[in-house]
Amino acid sequence: MSGSHAMIEIRGLRKDYGRVQALKGIDLTVPGGQLFAYLGPNGAGKSTTIRILTGLTRMSGGSASLGGFDIERDAIAAKRQFGVVQQYVNLDQELTVFENLDIHCRLFAMKKKARRERIDRLLAYVDMTDRASTLIKKLSGGLKRRVTIARALLHGPSILFLDEPTVGLDAAIRRRIWALIKKIQQEGTTIFLTTHHIEEAEFLAERVAFLDEGRIVALDTPSNLMARVGSWAIDLVEDSGMKTRYFSTREEADRFRAHGAFTMRRVNLEDAFLSLTGKKVGQ
Amino acid sequence: MITGCLAVYRREMLILKRRFKRQAAGQAVSPLLYLLTFGYAMGGELRFDGTRYLDFLLPGLVAMSSMTQAFAISTDINVARFYWHIFDEFQAAPISNASYVAGEVMAGISRALMSICITLGLGYLFGVRLHYPPIFWLTILLNSFLFASLAVALAMVVRNHADQSLLTNFVITPMAFLGGTFFPLDRLPVWLQKILGLLPLTHASTAIRAAALGRPVHVMSLVLLAVIGVVFFGMAYYCVNKARD
Repeated sequence: MSGSHAMIEIRGLRKDYGRVQALKGIDLTVPGGQLFAYLGPNGAGKSTTIRILTGLTRMSGGSASLGGFDIERDAIAAKRQFGVVQQYVNLDQELTVFENLDIHCRLFAMKKKARRERIDRLLAYVDMTDRASTLIKKLSGGLKRRVTIARALLHGPSILFLDEPTVGLDAAIRRRIWALIKKIQQEGTTIFLTTHHIEEAEFLAERVAFLDEGRIVALDTPSNLMARVGSWAIDLVEDSGMKTRYFSTREEADRFRAHGAFTMRRVNLEDAFLSLTGKKVGQ
Repeated sequence: MITGCLAVYRREMLILKRRFKRQAAGQAVSPLLYLLTFGYAMGGELRFDGTRYLDFLLPGLVAMSSMTQAFAISTDINVARFYWHIFDEFQAAPISNASYVAGEVMAGISRALMSICITLGLGYLFGVRLHYPPIFWLTILLNSFLFASLAVALAMVVRNHADQSLLTNFVITPMAFLGGTFFPLDRLPVWLQKILGLLPLTHASTAIRAAALGRPVHVMSLVLLAVIGVVFFGMAYYCVNKARD
């Protein structure tokens, strides 16, 4: 499953909705086993990219392959490579957890014994063995999210797409989901994560792409992206609004802080994004 | 293709199983009301060509039920697509569009067969005793296939729930009343007969009634239903592919 070869390859990917260009030529390679975060504000094109890669939306130009299979020419083979967790819960509310998982296995033509084994294993994996016969509509939002993650992993995909997997969840549940995502990646699955939660990308990702208005504006490790703006930051309230000063060393920041009652903090990915685009990720 | 088709079909059947009681009750309401009002209260003494009106009416209701219930899957597909986003799960799965369409069409046919059993059961309670030879069931299958395929195609074309209701109002409801369900078409002006002869339901109700009353069935009606059904299935396949935005 894992390895350094490219699991996701995107070349010149474009998507037009009439005159609106949602994606303006995305080039991206994600090697096997990497946890890759695709970061950008709402409307930047994150979900559109995932929808194209997972076969839900038609591309307007360019090409993409998953596990070496072209998503247009070898669509069925490409679809066998991945599991996907959408930002909305797309489970059958009137069916039980087990039934939802079983239908997914059948869509992937899994045999009866394999279906049973994988469902048992994945339910244990997401700590929901005792919920197998519960109707989906009776589960909380966090539990539903765990079912969608279990479902995406049932057929043993080498790539997992996570489209805003923690949107709408409270902080405690979000951290449980993060731990689960880390565990999945450590087992060798390539993870492509879209998020506008800065801390999510910082905590999880090995490599981050900043997406803004349909273009990748930066692509690097979180530490390198943050190092571009500095190591320390001081937020200043000015007449024109909030301003942030960045410093390479703590000593420089300390010297500046001596001139007033400022709060000093470590630089984060939001700062890197802001300095590149002039926007906040959460906008 | 078969495993994908069966997976889609299984999902629909699990949902049908969970809703069975309310679904069965819902399917019984219309035929019961038609049998009571048109057949029992108003048409008790009425006869067409020596046939009791209730005996005439029941095959028409069977044809109508097979159409409306097969077509009703369009609403379920619509809800699954726009409200629950279940359609995304099918589109991201390694199954062909033909598998998806076939699974949904089979589900539509199953719903239609369920409603026909209910209609026939109600007819039995009203004292209707007819023939049910293989050609009776074959016509029902063809009619259900045709309207379930049309349902999948149109469910892919519409953009919201309101459009879905409009389609039912403009396509299905007029056909239900004018397709030879409640009265013999030969009493209408010839020009109108010719127009109504273009409706698939007219052929279905005529063939189902002929089979149920032990009369010869026009094979051309069955051929026509099969051909239109295949065309609609092809349309559904095309529309599923086009449904990707």
